[in-house]
Amino acid sequence: MQDSSTTTPETLVTADGVPLKQKLIQSTRRARLRALLLTLPLVIFIIVSFMIPIGQMLLRSVHNDTASSVLPNFAIAIQDWDEQGLPPEETIKLFVLDMQEARKKREIGRTVGNLATRINYEIPGSRSLFTSSSRKLARVTEGPYTEALLDINKKWDDPVLWRSLKRATNDLTPYFYLAALDMKYDGEGNIAEADELYQIYVSNFWKTLRLSATITFICLVLAFPVSYLLSTLPLKTSNLLMILVLLPFWTSLLVRTTAWIAILQTEGIINDILVFIGLVGEDGRVQMIYNQTGTIIAMVHILLPFMILPLFSVMKTIPPSYMRAASSMGAKTFTAFRRVYFPLTLPGIAAGTLLVFILAIGYYITPALVGGEDGLLISNLIAYHIQKSLNWSLGAALGTLLLAIVLILYWLYNKIVGIEKLSFG
Amino acid sequence: MKIKHFLATSALTAGLALAASAQAGEITVVSWGGAYTKSQVEAYHKPWVEKTGNKIVSEDYNGGIAEIKAQVEAGNVTWDIVDVELSDAIRACDEGLLETIDPGILPAGADGTPAEQDFIEGTLHECAVANIVWTTIFAYDSSKISDGPTTMADFFDLEKFPGKRGLRKGAKVNLEFALIADGVPAADVYGVLETPEGIDRAFAKLDTIKDQVVWWEAGAQPPQLLADGEVAMTTAYNGRIFNAVAGEDKPFEIVWDGHVWDLDLWVIPKGTPNKDLAMDFLAFSTATEQLAKQASYISYGPARKSSSPLVGKFHNKDIDMGPQMPTAPENLTNAVQNNFDFWADNADQLNERFNAWLTN
Amino acid sequence: MTKLQTGYIIFAVLTALVLLLTGSIAVTIGFVFLFGTPLFFMKPLPAYSTYLNYFNKYIFLLICTFIFVFLITPILIIMPLSFNAEPYFTFTEGMLSFDPAAYSFRWYQDIFFNGMIDPAATGAAWWSDMWNNAQWVRSTRNSFFIAICSTLLATGLGTLAALGLSRAEMPYRAAITSLLISPMIVPLVITATGMFFFYSDVGLAKTYLGVILAHTTLGIPFVIITVTATLSGFDRSLIRAAENLGADGWTTFRKVIMPLILPGMISGALFAFITSFDEVVAVLFIADVEQRTIPRQMFSGIREQISPTILAVATVMVILSIILLGVLELLRRRTERLRGLTPA
Repeated sequence: MQDSSTTTPETLVTADGVPLKQKLIQSTRRARLRALLLTLPLVIFIIVSFMIPIGQMLLRSVHNDTASSVLPNFAIAIQDWDEQGLPPEETIKLFVLDMQEARKKREIGRTVGNLATRINYEIPGSRSLFTSSSRKLARVTEGPYTEALLDINKKWDDPVLWRSLKRATNDLTPYFYLAALDMKYDGEGNIAEADELYQIYVSNFWKTLRLSATITFICLVLAFPVSYLLSTLPLKTSNLLMILVLLPFWTSLLVRTTAWIAILQTEGIINDILVFIGLVGEDGRVQMIYNQTGTIIAMVHILLPFMILPLFSVMKTIPPSYMRAASSMGAKTFTAFRRVYFPLTLPGIAAGTLLVFILAIGYYITPALVGGEDGLLISNLIAYHIQKSLNWSLGAALGTLLLAIVLILYWLYNKIVGIEKLSFG
Repeated sequence: MKIKHFLATSALTAGLALAASAQAGEITVVSWGGAYTKSQVEAYHKPWVEKTGNKIVSEDYNGGIAEIKAQVEAGNVTWDIVDVELSDAIRACDEGLLETIDPGILPAGADGTPAEQDFIEGTLHECAVANIVWTTIFAYDSSKISDGPTTMADFFDLEKFPGKRGLRKGAKVNLEFALIADGVPAADVYGVLETPEGIDRAFAKLDTIKDQVVWWEAGAQPPQLLADGEVAMTTAYNGRIFNAVAGEDKPFEIVWDGHVWDLDLWVIPKGTPNKDLAMDFLAFSTATEQLAKQASYISYGPARKSSSPLVGKFHNKDIDMGPQMPTAPENLTNAVQNNFDFWADNADQLNERFNAWLTN
Repeated sequence: MTKLQTGYIIFAVLTALVLLLTGSIAVTIGFVFLFGTPLFFMKPLPAYSTYLNYFNKYIFLLICTFIFVFLITPILIIMPLSFNAEPYFTFTEGMLSFDPAAYSFRWYQDIFFNGMIDPAATGAAWWSDMWNNAQWVRSTRNSFFIAICSTLLATGLGTLAALGLSRAEMPYRAAITSLLISPMIVPLVITATGMFFFYSDVGLAKTYLGVILAHTTLGIPFVIITVTATLSGFDRSLIRAAENLGADGWTTFRKVIMPLILPGMISGALFAFITSFDEVVAVLFIADVEQRTIPRQMFSGIREQISPTILAVATVMVILSIILLGVLELLRRRTERLRGLTPA
């Protein structure tokens, strides 16, 4: 004790002779480590079961090695081609040999068919050129290969095709993002807008955003009075009424969607009532489902609790005396509301709006079931490419764009509201 | 109720198999569900289970090769044998997703003709063996429309026949129908579709009824849509309509003008652990007798020539099946076979355009 | 006469008018319910209030009534519809006139009969047939198995992490919390697609384990949120007190922390359970027919062959959610009571 106090008299020391400051740092570090260790299993779990799968999917959107794995030797040689006329005989020879090899091996994911599918994205109608040529190429054993290829099909005499092959043999490609933004490569290899008749994704992104905004807005308009009512009622009554909000929240999404089909379909309850009252005739039944209207109604119903809960929890904290004070100072009810009450609810509005918007933008099930054709959202197109058309890279590119939008909103939510404010019931 | 019945029967086969043998194998057979799967269960599954003592798990799907591709590429194949459309079989085969099938394993016809000559031309492929010829027709409810439509043009004529139309969601078949309705003879349809103007023309024709269309995806939907009065007429797989008429006494009427026929084929995903059993089932089910028997449960034409003379009446009613077949001469006056080359080349692009057209 | 009483009289007159004009009891009952409920909840306003104040207040309550009706009707309406004797999705004449013959349990029977080999059998044979072959029964078993497994996993891992996150010394708290919450934010299609590719690669697709892991991932945010919320009201000095009194870490956790955060854990677990129980997108992408769950079965039912059996299943599901909600409410009360004991 004496020694240490003589050497550094100003340092406080613990019983075992370590300076207090150091000891404190040590123990904080240990506490930090302990806290971190507690979260570690879950963090690892989320990384493995969630982050890696998503990361892998994102990679798929820019990385597609179909062409280079079917044509490994050609892929290297073609890169030196100046894109004028046809590639040199030597390169075409490699192309023919690679094609023959691929046909012989029929390795899963590395067949001529896979290559044909890949090129067919960029040059529609070229699939059969590849598959039929490949069958005939089996007989070609000696050069000149260019001539043999042209003999099989005149279409090989097109530099556009070879330019596309050169691009496709690059594993990293922006092509799928171009496609996701309604763009393409023209014959010269420049980026151009896709034909108007084939444009679908940009407008669908806008539609998704527009529909989500509409749904969010309707939710806000409906949630505001209800939350206000709940926050002003005595606890017992409000708890009771809260059940009416929480029950839908706890009820299966599919149950609620089924219910809306029963209510809204042309032979459904609302139409029956309309016919019964005489507002519409038997053959004038209104189409309220399998279109945008149906999507909006069902989604508002499903997402409304996500707006009510945060609004309610903020409104509960606003003392009613504020409004009374405002009116006692002569403010009209509306002025008092606008100047005093409304600003105080803004955090709740921000939380609810962002949450509902984020959830709406990625919705899949409800639009798929009640959206018909014009009620489909971007999620449905992604699922279409993953499950039906099998253009996985395009699906991944669309998914990445959607994910980017959602993450920006999530970041905003974190900034404005704070993730720790999220709560249910 | 159809589904219920079918499940009962398929579960029954499973039960039978269990009783038959303890060390028996099990294969998963995937098909299109509803009345069609039921016909296969009766004609293929039950006799095979009885004969070999193996089990069959029957699964439904709505077409496409997505699932096969996912399973094969992941090396985790759980579907052993799948009933697919021709263009899908070709594409999957090109991509190396299917086992190649040696026609030598197929039994000779009942009259001794070798299988390769017995099968109708174009029904045997490198990786696929056809079992039936089916077609997409359109049908209406004759209790609701008395003086019914007779031509494809009528289907597109909203003035003469007002009311909603049911169409399968997708470009395939609908573009052909549109051109036929627009006056193109069935035989020339693909020639016209090869040109950009032809495609524009088909979409323009579809535009005329777009507002009135209800889109369906599963084969079981069109008869349901007709029965519920959701549509005035709908395109459908001919067998589904026939079975609603024959099995459930629905007053539906089939219009054969301009129909687009196609094949359904058995394929075996590459790398299935039950390849031998699947091959055995494939050979068994495409034998003369089995194909003929299936035709007594649903109005799809057998892919073997030797089966045709054996096709008789509907299994429990006095209805001749012959005239109900897509391949009956009187039904082929203005019909076209689905051109798989055209669709293999253009499906991606045309579906993209179709989707854009649908949502805009 | 108070202003409120005037309102009652106006309402009575209007009701009589509606009855006279439409001549329909059903419409009148509807009118009384919709427009009478807000009146029922009207309280006398301060003495200086004008008729306009009363009217505004009434309109406000009326709007709220409509919104509540919008929220709850769809859920309630499927219940009577599921007893329809006809295969329709709407009320038949007979149902509206309360004719007993118009109601039946056939769709509830159908839940069991669908897929059974011999629904007419009796005794043990019937039961084993139902248990093993009925489609809805099988998907119910799958749903429960998957939901329970993923709930246990999610609650265990989630509570542990929440304990760490709520410590004052936790480094990178914001970043880690955002990461752990993100499965709730990322669109399900994207999550499911990613899992579809990845799980296929590692052989987890089409297995129970794959679906369970996917559902665990999706349930975790809810556990984190509810348990951290409980812990935020947790008085840390209790831990120090326990340690002072000689308790070791495990005893402290078991005797002090655990009882206090248990309600939070249970409600987190309930959220995780319902998330899994209701989930269909991930199941659509990564499950096989073997792992078919109730929502998956409903999804294809709605898409392909909609029958009132789905309404019967839906009714059962609603009753289940009412039970869950009840448990949750009891827990909330318990937490409040416990909170009352600890210093704020």
